[in-house]
Order: sequence, then C-alpha cells, then structure tokens
Amino acid sequence: MIKVRNLTKYYVKNKALDNVSFSLEEGEILGFLGPNGAGKSTTMNIITGYLSCDSGTVEIDGIDILDNPTAAKKKIGYLPEIPPLYNDMTVRGYLEFMFRLKKVKKPMKEHINSICELVRITDVKERLIKNLSKGYRQRIGFAQALIGDPPVLVLDEPTVGLDPQQIIEIRRLIRDLGKKHTIILSSHLLSEVQAVCDKILIINDGKIVADELKTSLTGTGSATSKLHVIVEGRRQQVRSILQKVDGVTDVTDLGEPEKGCCEFTVNSRRDVRRLVFRAFSKTDFNILEMNPVEFSLEDTYLGIITGKINTKEAAADVSNI
Amino acid sequence: MSAIYKREFQSYFISPIGYAVLAAFMFFSGIFFYVQCLYTGSVNMSPVFQSMFFIVLFVIPLITMRTFADDKKNKTDQALLTAPVGIPAVVISKFLSALSVFALCLCSFIIEGLALSFMAKPDWSVIIGNVFGMIIMGSSFVALGIFISSLTESAVVAAIVSFVINVLLSLLDTIGYTVNWEWLTNIINALSFQGKYNNFALGIVSLSDVVFFVSVTCLFLFLTDRVIEKRRWA
Repeated sequence: MIKVRNLTKYYVKNKALDNVSFSLEEGEILGFLGPNGAGKSTTMNIITGYLSCDSGTVEIDGIDILDNPTAAKKKIGYLPEIPPLYNDMTVRGYLEFMFRLKKVKKPMKEHINSICELVRITDVKERLIKNLSKGYRQRIGFAQALIGDPPVLVLDEPTVGLDPQQIIEIRRLIRDLGKKHTIILSSHLLSEVQAVCDKILIINDGKIVADELKTSLTGTGSATSKLHVIVEGRRQQVRSILQKVDGVTDVTDLGEPEKGCCEFTVNSRRDVRRLVFRAFSKTDFNILEMNPVEFSLEDTYLGIITGKINTKEAAADVSNI
Repeated sequence: MSAIYKREFQSYFISPIGYAVLAAFMFFSGIFFYVQCLYTGSVNMSPVFQSMFFIVLFVIPLITMRTFADDKKNKTDQALLTAPVGIPAVVISKFLSALSVFALCLCSFIIEGLALSFMAKPDWSVIIGNVFGMIIMGSSFVALGIFISSLTESAVVAAIVSFVINVLLSLLDTIGYTVNWEWLTNIINALSFQGKYNNFALGIVSLSDVVFFVSVTCLFLFLTDRVIEKRRWA
C-alpha cells in the first residue's frame, strides 16, 4: 500500500533524512518512533506531498506522489503535528470546506455527521474553532483527516494534548480504523506505539535504526534478557553456577529473601531460562522462583537510540530461541 | 478551487477586515465624489477616479496581506498543499477572492453614478471604463500583494512592504521627470502604473495598457506559485 524507497532530504546542508526505506501492507498500522528532531515529521510531510525529497520515491497504492500528486493525495488523510485549522471558522464550516477541498463524492451532511460522531465533536459543531480547547482542536484535525474515507491515514502525534480518557478513546479509534485503513502514526510515546501498532520503525538522526515487528522488539526474547531467580542453597556456589551458564553476562546479588535462600538477577544475551533450570537440576539446589523481567519497548528503544543494542543481532537471537 | 475561493472570500467578512476595507474605500470615494462632483456641480467623474488611485495603493495591501502569510503562520497551508489541488489553483483562488473584495469596493462608483443620474446625465462610458480600468490595474496590485504575502509569515510585514512598493511604483512618474537620461526615462515611463491608469481615468482604454497590467498580474501570480513550490524544496 505504501512504498517508501531511499528517501533523502537535506535542509540546506543538514541531512534530515538519510536513505529511509520501508513498506506497509494494506490494513497495517505502522508506528514511527524516535526522539525529537529525528525526522519523523519530515518523513510524513514527504509521504503526504507537503515537502519534496532530494532523492527517493514514495508510492501510495502504486501511484508515485511526484508523478501524480493529485491522485496520490486523494488517497491520503493527513493530520499534521499542528492541526491545520482555520480559527475563524466554525467546526462544521471548516469540515465542509475540507470536504469540498478534497473533492469527496459522498453525501456531505451524512458523511460529516458520521465523522463528528466518530471523533466525538458533535456537541461543538457550531462553535468557532478558536474558542475550543486543545483536545477538541486535535480531534477536529483528526476529523478532517478522515474526510473522504481515504485508504491511507498519516497521523503525526495524534494524541498530543489530549487527556488520558481521550487518549484511550483515540487509540481505540485508531485500532478500529486500522481494520480498514493503512495507518502511519508517529509518536514519541512508546506506550502508545506499543498499544496501537503492528509494526514499529525507529528513526534516529534521519536514519532508520530498527524496522521490526513489534513482537521481536518487545517481550522476553529481545536483545538482552533479564531473569529474576531465588534459589535454595549456598550463595557462593549458586552464583558460580549461574555465572557458568552459557550466555549469562552479569549476575547481581539481591540478598537473602528467606533463610537459606539467595536471590539474584541474571543478565544474559538471550533467553537462558532452560539452561538455568538444567544447570540447577544437576545439583542439590532447588529453584524456588524464576521469572523473566520483561523488557519493555522503552528499554529496547533507549538501547537502540543510544547504540547499545544492535537490532540485527537482536532479531537473530529471537529466531534462535 | 471553488472551495478555496469561497472560504477565502468568506474569511474577509468573518473578520472585520473586509468591512473596514469597504468602509474606508467608500468613505474616501464619497468624499472625493462630494468635493469633485456634487460641490462643484460637475458630472465628470474622472477626477474622482484619479484621486482614488492613491487610496487603492493603501487599500489593496490590506486585502492581500493575510492571503499566504496567515496560512504559513497557522500551518493551514499543510491542509491546502496536501489536498488534491495543485499550487496554481490555490494561488488563483486566493487571487480571485482578493480581487472580488476589491471589486466590491468599486461598487461605490456605481452607486455614485446612480446618484448623479437623479440630477443629471452622467457619462456612463467613463464610469464603466474607469471601473474596468481600476479592476485591471487593481488586479496587478493584488497579484503583487499576494506575492509579497507569500514571502513572509507576518501579515503586518506583508502589508507594509506591499504598501511601500505600491507607492514606489506610483512615484515612478515623478522619478521619470527628474532623470536626465532619455533611455532611462523611457524605461521608467514604460513601467509607470499611474501614467497608464490615468489613460483609463480619462476614459481611454488602450490595448497596450490592458496588456501591461494583465502581464504584471500573470508575472506575480507565477512568482507566487514558484515561491510556494520552492518552500517545498527548502
């Protein structure tokens, strides 16, 4: 549905995007993750045809955005970082304007009403946009992106400025829309991407540093894993057994939770639960507790951004398990 | 295209700008009409049009100042430029809506003509010719103002710069007189707005003047299109 190939973009001499490529199938939700200034908005602006690129191509449903911008733009609904709202218009007036601007061939009144219901702005429809709060403005921006039911939605930080309840609502809405639409969503909120997206792309300094399925970036089987164990036995011996397990990088002593027991956290390059179990089954020591400390996307994200985790290695580890 | 035109035109009358511009224009045109026609008992409206030339220089920057500057400032250009509409269509719609507001101002002359017709027989060909001339000349000032507006994010800066340029253009005649080189005088006179406009005010519609104003309009609309396009490549 969306094919982005080798996008490169300079702002004067600053390289904003460096050879960015990815593709997205119909009905997928892609999360675009990265620190501020990484190139998320630039990429989205290029995909929607607002900015041009110095090299590379963008194809929306097989249509090149540079060769045939009008046809390609018809297929995209875009919510920019700052919703493009005319403050002097009423919500209804604005949505009707966007409807005509996008040359939508549907019954206008019903279409706009149904979108207003969907994003819950029906009660403010007759009010001037300038008098509305940030949350409403964000949702009006969302509504204009949905006008014309475009197959592709590009949403730049859609939940910024919303209260927690609205955030949950909008995320649910995005998930529902994801069944019919192909969605690209950017965020610096990791939990959001984790909650909503099928696919995650991490971008840093204009380069894609990770392009993985969500499951391989999160969960226990990720780049490094952490195990919490309580073993009945002598501290020194338990520690040396743990250290000898293949793949273990670091063992931290957490003290004595109950008499005759010792508690450790074990850092390893991969999932070592089975190996730890086998190592202790050969001895007289009993494992009382063993649970993986789950790695959040946040840990992986920070690891990738700071260069501590090599994603290729992480993916290889995942397939080994 | 019609969607943008409609929105832009409405926006003049949602805010006080449209009303203020109309009121100011009609106020001055009323004063000049009173002084030059009613007070002196003359049916000839040409002096009114000649006097209004300078008011036009003030009024048009107020009409055009927000066209692109506000879009850039409020980021609404993202809605326009990611919609299935080409940049030329956006530029032309904004130009036509600004020109329509200016054309509304010119209705005051028709009203004055009608007022005259109660008392005497005004020369309608002069009035119509003048209104036509003013629209043609106004369109080049509008195009210039839109171009200036596309260069900045601030409507106030756009208004001031367009105003200064408009005044400079209208002073070209005076500069032309003071220059000693004949070739330079010829070039300056060829570029003069006021000289060509005065022909219209006298009721002379010459093809070369029309072509001049239409070309200036097209030039600045084209340049505006380029400025917006260039911004995509910045």
